[in-house]
Amino acid sequence: MKPVVEVHNVGMKYQSLNGEITALENINFSVRDGEFVSIVGPSGCGKSTLLSIISGLIFSTSGTVFLSGEKVMGTSPKIGYMLQKDHLFNWRTIYQNVMLGLEIRKNVTPSTKEYAIKLLKTYGLYEFKDKYPNQLSGGMRQRVALIRTLVTDPQILLLDEAFSALDYQTRLVVNDDIYDIIKKENKTALLVTHDISESISMADRVVLLSKRPGTVKNIYEVNLNCANRTPLSSRETQEFRHYFQEIWKGLDVHV
Amino acid sequence: MSMFNLKKDSISYRAQVSGISPEHKDYLHRVRMGKIFVRVIQLLIFCTALLLWEICANAKIVDPFITSQPSRVLKTMARLYVDGVLFQHIGITCLEAIVGFVLGTVLGTLIAIMLWWSEFLCKVLEPYLVVLNSLPKIALGPVFIVWIGAGPAAIIVMTLAISLIVTVLEVLNGFLTIDQEKIKLVQTFGGTKFQVLTKVLLPASYPTFINALKINVGLSWVGVIVGEFLVSKAGLGYLIVYGGQVFKLDLVMTSVIILGVAATVMYQGVVYLEKMLVKNKT
Ligand SMILES: Nc1ncnc2c1ncn2[C@@H]1O[C@H](COP(=O)(O)OP(=O)(O)OP(=O)(O)O)[C@@H](O)[C@H]1O
Ligand SMILES: [Mg+2]
Repeated sequence: MKPVVEVHNVGMKYQSLNGEITALENINFSVRDGEFVSIVGPSGCGKSTLLSIISGLIFSTSGTVFLSGEKVMGTSPKIGYMLQKDHLFNWRTIYQNVMLGLEIRKNVTPSTKEYAIKLLKTYGLYEFKDKYPNQLSGGMRQRVALIRTLVTDPQILLLDEAFSALDYQTRLVVNDDIYDIIKKENKTALLVTHDISESISMADRVVLLSKRPGTVKNIYEVNLNCANRTPLSSRETQEFRHYFQEIWKGLDVHV
Repeated sequence: MSMFNLKKDSISYRAQVSGISPEHKDYLHRVRMGKIFVRVIQLLIFCTALLLWEICANAKIVDPFITSQPSRVLKTMARLYVDGVLFQHIGITCLEAIVGFVLGTVLGTLIAIMLWWSEFLCKVLEPYLVVLNSLPKIALGPVFIVWIGAGPAAIIVMTLAISLIVTVLEVLNGFLTIDQEKIKLVQTFGGTKFQVLTKVLLPASYPTFINALKINVGLSWVGVIVGEFLVSKAGLGYLIVYGGQVFKLDLVMTSVIILGVAATVMYQGVVYLEKMLVKNKT
């Protein structure tokens, strides 16, 4: 079976008057169907750039990205993108926020509306559907943002530091929450994060990028001895620390 | 802003009316008393000023021929009313102001959208906007009169000239300060530029629009009065100029007072609109 995402020799150079910045160089990796892959790397190594390229928002200056074997030529309904902040529009109710993607794709039908309602119900937000975002807590807002992405029924989720705006406790809970949702809805996910623990706790594999220009330095298969795996229970396993140390060494942080 | 906070306060204390502690009751009482006190003082200042004005004029401490006086203002108003021209003058001026105001806001917004749409156009036009923004638009008055002819059209164009560029810059600036990530969000769903405009830019610019409206209310009155000074045969501005020329200060004062009231009413209209919009948003 073809991988869902295939990144092939991707490189990216940004041009500016001050010169040229090589953000990414010769990136190769692929993501299988239903897999959860984390990408970690030092600040400014091009992680966001990589996600933007995969999503088709910007184009790489070399190499190609394939989605289920098809070359990426622009944004695709196959992909759902979650940004660092929830960016809920405070002039829209929760329900209207959730419908944003469908409106833009001109896909508001009775069945998609029903699906939106169903997702809101399943994830405990139905009674808030007519409230405005500023009446919700940070964790709830992030869940709304996820549902806004999920209603368009993407096959692949790209999460760019999607949890880093939350405080630590909320973040642990939302990690579990969203992991659960992603698994239940059977999505393939690609998570960019600064947080090594977060990357291990959620992922099947962790891709480590070097500092700029970003290249793939290492890929770690995460095998945890844990029956019903959740991000929280992952953190309690024996192997977790081992992976942490490996990746920490790989990151090679100097202060 | 302060009006807004007061409103919030009143909502929260209404919510707690049942079962309030004596301290809280005391606090509410003090707040209410404070408000009443402010109102009383305001009214007192107003009445005292009018009374002083009247007395000084009657006692010839000031020359009523130059300063006019409240009773004469009322008489002038009554005479204008009896002559059947009071509402005609008010109506013409208000109409010019409103037309100029609406046109300035709508056209300004449209131009701002165009400039946002085409970065190229924006860059090309930038120096022209800077010059036009700096130029005292009143200097263009005679040009408009020659081009358009002395009449309401020239006055409206004058009003437009004063409020248009300010609106363009205000709204464009509003657009440019909107979080790029919100725009990116729309793009991740495959949104077009037009959708970015309708789904993010316009709704996110509510506060900007309201601000532009508030500024324009004031500016359009400036435009109308200047315009009427220059060309008109009717309207409050005309009455002021005419009254000044023939030394009828009663007429001038009367017109200025009516103008103050009309401009305030229009401004409050915008404030009311803002409240409606804000209420619908939260
Ligand atoms: N539009 C752009 N134009 C020019 N340079 C850019 C642009 N976007 C990003 N860069 C540069 O490319 C490099 C990679 O940026 P990117 O945002 O992808 O990094 P990142 O790994 O996501 O960083 P962070 O961890 O801070 O989120 C940075 O050095 C950045 O300055
Ligand atoms: Mg980033």
